[in-house]
Amino acid sequence: MAFKLQVEKRSADPPRWLPAATSIGAVVIAFIISGIILTIIGGDPIRVFSFFYEAAFGSWAALSDTLVKATPLILVGLACTVAFRMKLWNIGAEGQFYIGAFFASLVVLLPIVPAGSSRWVTIGTMIVFGMIGGALWGFIPGFLKARYRVNEIITTLMLNYIAILWNNYWIFSKWSDAGFQMTPVFDKAAWLPRLADYAREFAFFSGMTLHFGFVIALIVTVIVWWILSRSKWGFEIKLIGDNPEAARYSGINIARNIVLVMMFSGALAGLAGMSEITGVVHRLQERISPGYGFTGIIIAWLAKLNPFAVVLVSILFGGLIVAGREIQPSGLAQLIQGIILFMVISSEFLLRYRVSFFGRNEAETPATPSTPEAETA
Amino acid sequence: MSTSTNAPPPDYRVLAVDMSNIVIRFPGVLANDHVNLTLKQGEIHALLGENGAGKSTLMNVLSGLYKQTSGTIKVYGEKVDFNSPRDAIAKGIGMVHQHFMLVPTQTATENILLGLKEPRFFLNLSRYDKAIRELQEQFGLYVDTASKVWQLSVGEQQRVEILKTLYRGANILILDEPTAVLAPQEIDELMNTMRALVAQGKSIIFISHKLHEVEQVADRVTVLRKGVVTAEGIPMGNMTKKDLAQLMVGRDVVFAVKKEVREPGPVVLSIKNVSATNNKGVAALRGVSLDVRAGEIVGVAGVAGNGQSELAEVITGMRECTGSITVNGVEVANKPPRISIGHGVSHVPEDRTHVGSAPNMTITENVIMKAYREEPIGNRWSVNYPLAHDNAEELKEQYDVLAPSVDTMARKLSGGNLQKVILAREISAEPRLMVAVQPTRGLDVGAIEAIQTLLLAQRDAGTAILLVSEELEELMALSDRIAVIYDGVIQGIVDPEHTGVSEIGLLMTGQVSKEGG
Repeated sequence: MAFKLQVEKRSADPPRWLPAATSIGAVVIAFIISGIILTIIGGDPIRVFSFFYEAAFGSWAALSDTLVKATPLILVGLACTVAFRMKLWNIGAEGQFYIGAFFASLVVLLPIVPAGSSRWVTIGTMIVFGMIGGALWGFIPGFLKARYRVNEIITTLMLNYIAILWNNYWIFSKWSDAGFQMTPVFDKAAWLPRLADYAREFAFFSGMTLHFGFVIALIVTVIVWWILSRSKWGFEIKLIGDNPEAARYSGINIARNIVLVMMFSGALAGLAGMSEITGVVHRLQERISPGYGFTGIIIAWLAKLNPFAVVLVSILFGGLIVAGREIQPSGLAQLIQGIILFMVISSEFLLRYRVSFFGRNEAETPATPSTPEAETA
Repeated sequence: MSTSTNAPPPDYRVLAVDMSNIVIRFPGVLANDHVNLTLKQGEIHALLGENGAGKSTLMNVLSGLYKQTSGTIKVYGEKVDFNSPRDAIAKGIGMVHQHFMLVPTQTATENILLGLKEPRFFLNLSRYDKAIRELQEQFGLYVDTASKVWQLSVGEQQRVEILKTLYRGANILILDEPTAVLAPQEIDELMNTMRALVAQGKSIIFISHKLHEVEQVADRVTVLRKGVVTAEGIPMGNMTKKDLAQLMVGRDVVFAVKKEVREPGPVVLSIKNVSATNNKGVAALRGVSLDVRAGEIVGVAGVAGNGQSELAEVITGMRECTGSITVNGVEVANKPPRISIGHGVSHVPEDRTHVGSAPNMTITENVIMKAYREEPIGNRWSVNYPLAHDNAEELKEQYDVLAPSVDTMARKLSGGNLQKVILAREISAEPRLMVAVQPTRGLDVGAIEAIQTLLLAQRDAGTAILLVSEELEELMALSDRIAVIYDGVIQGIVDPEHTGVSEIGLLMTGQVSKEGG
């Protein structure tokens, strides 16, 4: 049957529920499309998805694995959220993650705290160093943008590669463990506590890898929420993001905020790197991130820059990663991730335009001529 | 599309354009009220008027961008009905807009051909170069057509625009304030071009608000004031500049608001020998000195673009300058806006949507845009949003802001209500000095009166106010003194009680200058 599609720019605001509805709708449609692809390649989508669910959320142990994966995602998702709120396009969370991990490792590799220090002294110092490392990696593009108006998209992207190669250099040349591309395993004092560590007291926890980093991520979520929505700094970030000219007019120092927000964003990504090496890998090695920094961009976007939504989306994505490990072909989870992102970005269109369908007969109704704005010139 | 340049020879008996009884109505605005305009073949017809008088709107109708509400347009005697600029071009009408419509990264030739049906697929540009070169020689519009547009000077870009319209076969050219962007020698070249064009039978409508240029080049003049014709096609020889100035700015000053006589207090704002450049790097202020005292409104009169916007910006720290600006004895020139805000300077900016407010933030957030730093709204680290909300509600009531609630986004407010929000913010800061730029522009009568009353109340409360406005009536009604600015220089400071509109009009158009006042 013939019908005509008409797309109009929305003049009024979309209804309040629409942004959330389109996000959820986008995820649902992404799963439907993935299901169609699965059917085409000869799979059974229902079975695959129920397996996905089982693998990611089906048991306490599975949930624990999912939350382990969600932990770095929450932190990089928050890192991107903070920067994106100011329309600062930090796509360098990946690099900031690596430098954060590198700086945190220095604490035990140099060492900065003497061997035999207590766990909390070691971990506390590593948190500080991880955040300093990430902040430093955020400072470079922030300063370049504030001072010389260098496009931060380019610099943050390029710095990712430098960070990864920098990391590789040290684990190959200096701290290589018996020729492998990794440092020796850290002293236990540098391990974040895990649920499994308490298996003797609570048998239920045995084998659960969920580590203290998840708690850190949740605490940071609340702090980021408070900064963005309650603090004076958050007000400045919001104002600069909405209208930099108005911010300048209000006496806000935009250059200073560009540097500070990039550093804060970098520090959060650096903390993610620290959490990953102290909570999961327990050493500095190659490929500690399978692209968390880039997934963080997707997560921030999908969460509409809301810190609490970042946690939920991160858990969904963590589940996808966990399930993806257990299924063949292994790229399936990434395929779904990609489709979700594509759908979410496409759904933005619906927020700005109104789409209506017409039957063939109605199609010829002319659009109302637009009234030109009263122009005084 | 034709590349013909063969207009009939100049013949004043032929009417190239005959617009009669044109009414253009936008929602809430009558932009043109029964306007008549005739353009004889081979003449330069000046369309004179202040900003907002309706000149551009009228020309946008003639060039097919808008449609008139009523009235008829004849081109060479034939009644026309344009639905798009394409229709107007087909009848030989071409408009050169004030803001050029060129693609900077493409060459002049490419820009001239852009949007035409030819060349279709293969860009054999040299084929077209010849035709363009002929046009250039015919009218003296020399420009290197192989250069990219961004490499050309503003004057050359304008020539590309004119070539573009000629190449499309225009016989009737509309030049919208073509001199506004040009340097003096470029203006002379443009005038020569215009004379060359009419000598070969083209007809030109020249939009301007600069009297000496009109006098220099135009054959006849039509003056618009607030959408109404105040002089219809008068030959230039019959008009003095003084007549024109008066026709342009009007003579009847209606005092809508009453002003009490007050003795002003000590000097609050002192500007000494301040110079600054505009965004294009051209001198906008040249050695300006001015004092504003407590409890006095000093008006700044001038046609737009003569430095008044820049004057407001250097005071509020939004623009760099040379010279000295003190507020209560403290130097604020070349300090960030934060400093002037800290010393009690309020600023009602010219552009209320792009500078004065944040569109996607609420009324509450817009009200605390400056106050969020200090007690009681700002604590050490946080913003007291519940208090801000209550304050905003009080201000909304007090300033009669029409909006569903203080959580309404700024972009949903009408111009008048947005301006009231801005004034609420700026006045509630209890300023010592208030710099208000075009505070009533584009607002309806009710809002204008409300805002004027607020400004006078501030003056009576002892605030020093610098009021920049293009509305002479407003300045006459509100100001204790009026500084008239032209081309970045204060031409004179006059007492509105004892000065006529025509005298101010002459100062505004740079015809005379007056010392002291």
